[in-house]
Amino acid sequence: MSQTAVVHPQRRPSFSPGDAIFAGAVRIAGILVLVILSAIIISLFVGGLPAFRAFGAGFLTDTDWDPVKQIFGAAVPIYGTLITAVLAIVLAVPLAFGTAFYLTELAPNWFRRPIGTAVELLAAVPSIIYGMWGFFVIVPIMGNYVQPFFIDTLGDIPVIGALFQGPPFGTGILTSALILAIMILPFIAATMRDVFLTVPPVFKEAAYGVGCTTWEVMRSIVLPYTRVSVVGGIMLGLGRALGETMAVTFVIGNTNRISTSLFGPGNTIASIVALEFPESPAGSLKLSSLLALGFLLFVISFIVLAISRLLLRTKVKS
Amino acid sequence: MSAFLAAGRMPGGARDSRVAGQLSRRRGRYNLIAKILCILATLVGLIFLAAILGTLFWLGFGGLHLSVFSQVTKPPGSGGGLLNAIIGSLIQTVIGTAIGTPIGLMVGTYLAEYAHGSMLGNAVRFVSDVLLSAPSILIGLFVYQIFVAPFGGFSGWAGCIALAVIVIPIVVRTTEDMLQLIPTALREAAVALGAPKWKSIVFICYRAALNGIATGVLLAIARVAGETAPLLFTSLGNLNWSVDMSQPMSSLPVTIYQYAGSPFDDWVQLAWVGALLITFGVLALNILARLVLRTRN
Repeated sequence: MSQTAVVHPQRRPSFSPGDAIFAGAVRIAGILVLVILSAIIISLFVGGLPAFRAFGAGFLTDTDWDPVKQIFGAAVPIYGTLITAVLAIVLAVPLAFGTAFYLTELAPNWFRRPIGTAVELLAAVPSIIYGMWGFFVIVPIMGNYVQPFFIDTLGDIPVIGALFQGPPFGTGILTSALILAIMILPFIAATMRDVFLTVPPVFKEAAYGVGCTTWEVMRSIVLPYTRVSVVGGIMLGLGRALGETMAVTFVIGNTNRISTSLFGPGNTIASIVALEFPESPAGSLKLSSLLALGFLLFVISFIVLAISRLLLRTKVKS
Repeated sequence: MSAFLAAGRMPGGARDSRVAGQLSRRRGRYNLIAKILCILATLVGLIFLAAILGTLFWLGFGGLHLSVFSQVTKPPGSGGGLLNAIIGSLIQTVIGTAIGTPIGLMVGTYLAEYAHGSMLGNAVRFVSDVLLSAPSILIGLFVYQIFVAPFGGFSGWAGCIALAVIVIPIVVRTTEDMLQLIPTALREAAVALGAPKWKSIVFICYRAALNGIATGVLLAIARVAGETAPLLFTSLGNLNWSVDMSQPMSSLPVTIYQYAGSPFDDWVQLAWVGALLITFGVLALNILARLVLRTRN
């Protein structure tokens, strides 16, 4: 083949065996990514199969986690995973929106880069550091000031009060959500900032031209224009929050119980896997249950991240 | 504001102008409140960053002695340092990055240069983006399932593989983005000179995108250097000196995890030192990555 190329270079000037090899190699690398994802799903499913067989659909609804009786249920970790992630979103989205608004519309130009970098550095701090910092700094603050305050003021109100009861350990659902919120804040803020910048300047100029205030431009022009991508960014943050391990493990209290109080301890899929894994011998039903939990976590985060990607992509196309 | 003042002077009676004045004041107030809230929101994020870094300095700097770098981890009460954890982290991060980077580079090249709207290309891009945000603990479980459990136990190699899987999508994303920024004219010039496509990619595009690709690699290193969860199930951690890749291997994040949760004061102190080292290392890498990218522009 190389001879042909040498004899008739004018016919197929760009053809060379190197091309075929290179194209094949990068294609195989691309396929490898698909293989990795499939292998993750399959390996977790196969590993969790004994647990799925032993407990059936009840695995999803059972609240027990009893290594002595060999009964393992996923309901509590699934609840903890969802509730902490959703609470984290509730706390993080207003902050992220404010930060993105500030960075795109309010901050002086020379100030945008350093502030933007600082917010992005917040995303670079390793998860374990958030966990440790949360455990030694946030937990005492929550236990000594925040939680007693809410228990005293809101704890006796009939319906809402149930959310603010129990002993103020400092750890618990709300503390985890708070740490998670700080961790996902930069991801959501960065996405929002990027999509806010895609709004054509002429739209904003027109709105300013008819006398709109900065806030009105944000609410009536920028937000409607970027609505879909903003939701995509929030979903990205949700996907991140669902799978966070180390930070949550330090501060959630690690108790297999569904608590109505925001201050109650709990666990998440990631935290129970990280904590229980060392005590799960290979081949045991417990290890299989942990792998089954991992499979469920993968399914949940895959769905959330897939939705996030689809929402963010529509923006790019249009 | 001038628009509102003009509205006040318009003909149409005192009542109209009063209503217009009230309206404009209300809009101004909302605007002010929104602006203040946004500044506060930004401040909250910055305060958290400052609080974390401040705490690390406050609690970690005092324990930063030479022995941290010269001695291995020892039982509580007998001093010791973090040498084996630091070396273990370096080895696993370097090898993990070395495995993951070429693969990520090739995938990114495929997406930017060959995929062009093909089904396979879109699927690869989608899956890579999902992997980018997938819980890292699951990658640890995955490597445990396919590597640790069947091939005789926890090892440094398993840790490297887990980190490599995390590196790949990060490098893919930056490589594809950077290659797409390269002007078509540059590729056409290479083709016009008779260069085959692979040569134009390797010798022209890679070179032009070098800073961007280097940024991606630096960010990937920064990310995996602080990863804890995937190493718990792969390299496990090792409190003794070991650079044997087929044995369980220590790493800074896992050691921090073990020490921070322990009841011993000197271990907790060492955990803070380790946390200080890893955080400032990771943040320095991030800032370096940004500087590398900026030199290009």
